[in-house]
Amino acid sequence: MTEAILSGNEAIARGAWEAGVEVAAAYPGTPSTEILENVSQYPEIYAEWSANEKVALDVAIGAAYAGRRAMAAMKHVGLNVASESLFYSSYTGVNAGLVIINADDPGLHSSQNEQDNRHYARFAKVPMLEPSDSQEAKEMVGAALDLSEQFDTPVIVRTTTRTSHAKSVVTLEERRVYEKRPYEKNPRKYVMIPGFARQRHPVVEERMLRLAEYAESCPYNRVEMGDTALGIVTCGPSYQYAREVFPQASFLKLGMVWPLPEKLLRDFAAKVERLIVVEELDPFFEEHIRALGIPVEGKSIFPLVGEFTPDVVRQAAYVAGLIQEPPVPRAFDKGDLPMRPPVLCAGCGHRDVFWSLRKLKVAVNSDIGCYALGVMPPIGATDTIGCMGASIGVATGMRRGGLEKDNVAVIGDSTFFHAGLPALASAVYNQTPITVVIVDNRTTGMTGHQGNPGSGLTLRGEGGQRIDIEAVVRAIGVDHVRTVHSNQRSELEQALREAIKHDAPSVVIAETPCIFVSAHLREPYVVVEEDCNGCTLCMRIGCPAILKSEKLDEKSGRPLAFIDATACTGCGLCFDVCARQAILEGALKTDTTSSVEAMA
Amino acid sequence: MKAVNFLLVGVGGQGTLLASDVVAEVGLRAGADVKKSEVHGMSQRGGAVTSHVRWGDQVRSPLCEKGTVDYFIAQETLEALRWVEYVSPQGTVVLSDQHIPPTSTVFGEDRYPEDGKVLEVLGQAASQVLRVEASRVAQELGNLRVANTVLLGALSAHLEVPEEIWIAVITERVPERHREINRRAFLAGRQGQWKL
Ligand SMILES: Cc1ncc(C[n+]2csc(CCOP(=O)(O)OP(=O)(O)O)c2C)c(N)n1
Repeated sequence: MTEAILSGNEAIARGAWEAGVEVAAAYPGTPSTEILENVSQYPEIYAEWSANEKVALDVAIGAAYAGRRAMAAMKHVGLNVASESLFYSSYTGVNAGLVIINADDPGLHSSQNEQDNRHYARFAKVPMLEPSDSQEAKEMVGAALDLSEQFDTPVIVRTTTRTSHAKSVVTLEERRVYEKRPYEKNPRKYVMIPGFARQRHPVVEERMLRLAEYAESCPYNRVEMGDTALGIVTCGPSYQYAREVFPQASFLKLGMVWPLPEKLLRDFAAKVERLIVVEELDPFFEEHIRALGIPVEGKSIFPLVGEFTPDVVRQAAYVAGLIQEPPVPRAFDKGDLPMRPPVLCAGCGHRDVFWSLRKLKVAVNSDIGCYALGVMPPIGATDTIGCMGASIGVATGMRRGGLEKDNVAVIGDSTFFHAGLPALASAVYNQTPITVVIVDNRTTGMTGHQGNPGSGLTLRGEGGQRIDIEAVVRAIGVDHVRTVHSNQRSELEQALREAIKHDAPSVVIAETPCIFVSAHLREPYVVVEEDCNGCTLCMRIGCPAILKSEKLDEKSGRPLAFIDATACTGCGLCFDVCARQAILEGALKTDTTSSVEAMA
Repeated sequence: MKAVNFLLVGVGGQGTLLASDVVAEVGLRAGADVKKSEVHGMSQRGGAVTSHVRWGDQVRSPLCEKGTVDYFIAQETLEALRWVEYVSPQGTVVLSDQHIPPTSTVFGEDRYPEDGKVLEVLGQAASQVLRVEASRVAQELGNLRVANTVLLGALSAHLEVPEEIWIAVITERVPERHREINRRAFLAGRQGQWKL
């Protein structure tokens, strides 16, 4: 028996392999990204980065129709994008098993909202499982696929950041091999025109009743009786926290979070004096239990907002009088500590783009990606960010809505292929004179440098077919297109000015090769101490390689600038902004392999 | 196995996650159940990184509670102060000599805390503070990036796990060409006489 410490995401990939998955598709998104990265290490599985989550789910659905076990993975907001496909696949059902991995992000570690995707299971009428550690995460992928085949339905496995990114011990098993199920043409099942879909709806309802019956004996719905004074219904990582905070209590741990087992809930409730629910985000179980007429407490004790931790659960339990012993008091006079928000990397080309946009004093409708950091001080160039692809549509609307000044949409290469294309097509079709800046760093930077259609690098790191963004934009019908290297700051600024002035849709492609993908051409820059007077101009570009020196300017008493040679990648923006020519340009490099060295 | 809680803190790029993987794997090989939790995502862009590791007979939560961390390994001085609430009053702090000022202290009014202040608070919070000259040692060895391994060495001297397990786990996790420097960094940390 082999044991390994795996993250939830690694365990899910392993689970997919063990359970005979043969096709897996995803679009990256924290905290789900590593699932497909790990799946891609198993040669038996065809695995791809799709252009977005909807495409990924359609690919997985198609594979399941064809007769091979399939998986799609995405972050919580990815399921919003893929929700159309979730709903039709609930009606069509599958042939071979289909599992959808959905990773929620309570606490918004890396997301634009908190949403509790347990609601999707109820909404789309499909079952959902939720693990509370890596072992369960691995097992549940196989259990979901079995259920999928048994009940002819897609099955969602929901994780949260704390299951996806926590690591725990997992027992490894061998791969099970399933024969391909033959595909048989069956339009009444697979063609969702109204006449056929109408007949599928009662099938779905009947399926949910059978699944609710199954939930009563599902091995992942587990009663752990302790002291009967307090009974706790819980799931996921909250189960682990609650077990620590209430070591004596009785538990109903729900591994199948939809549909819920009515009888099991009633029996458990009848055995305990006080029933509470410990669940992160929405009162999903709580409302259902209350609707059954069972007295229950939940959100009157535990927070509705934010991520749970054992501290959060203990504090709330203490305040509610559920436990007597107070949390260890820990308060220190630390003063105001500087925050450490994420920043654009030293040498990132996105900084050049936002620096120019700020100079032009335009409104910026930005998008999701590393370049979202253009909103942070000291650059602060951004007006709006919503969700992936929103930049272009919102920019269009602001033009049509009579915005008092010029505006531009800023969108990354991966995001452009994800959801930017239809919005640009709309603007061209309706001839709204917007300007779109595509910041093409040839990678999906934010989520850890995955390939995308614009880079041509596939999930397995092979060279696929690279799609030329400029050609695409022209083919859509944009006549005014300029491609510039964002490092060429005066040309970039010129191109932006012209594009903004143009009275039809215009596009500037700012090529900004990510420093993790390709290196800058120059050695680190250096501050000439005799010439620097500590004016702080270079410090205001927000580059993490520029620090305050210990040395002070004699006249003003201000600290001089200092460039950290281990962090500088030689982009030269500081050189361009320095008014006193107090920064020495780095020499041209002879070796231009990536400047970001692998970790020791 | 007695339950042991670790918290490792640092800044993106310092190798905090790698170091915490080592602590988890060492626990497993020493016979413990282990869990570990960290947040990825923005850390690559210079954000704060924290990683919880827990050893025990049966570990439930992958996160430690405030006031329960037995070994608090801080790779960066400001981050030590930021997360100090987690240290148990009986706990040990293993503090690196590294300072990485956030950009807000460069372009804005924010001030990086004085060492004296940090040490004072750490002293109030824990029963023992070890100041490890991790970056000095690492630089002498020729690569600042092994500072995290120096800290692991210093930590290991306080745990009853055989040295071979630590060295085996560390060397398995780094590329061949970095093995020797990591081994030396670990031993320098382990043999150093670190105190407040
Ligand atoms: C619907 C959805 N899917 C995935 C994500 C996760 N995510 C955030 S930004 C991003 C893409 C960033 O790539 P790109 O547009 O090329 O910009 P870069 O980060 O490289 O600058 C992804 C996949 C998300 N926020 N929303």
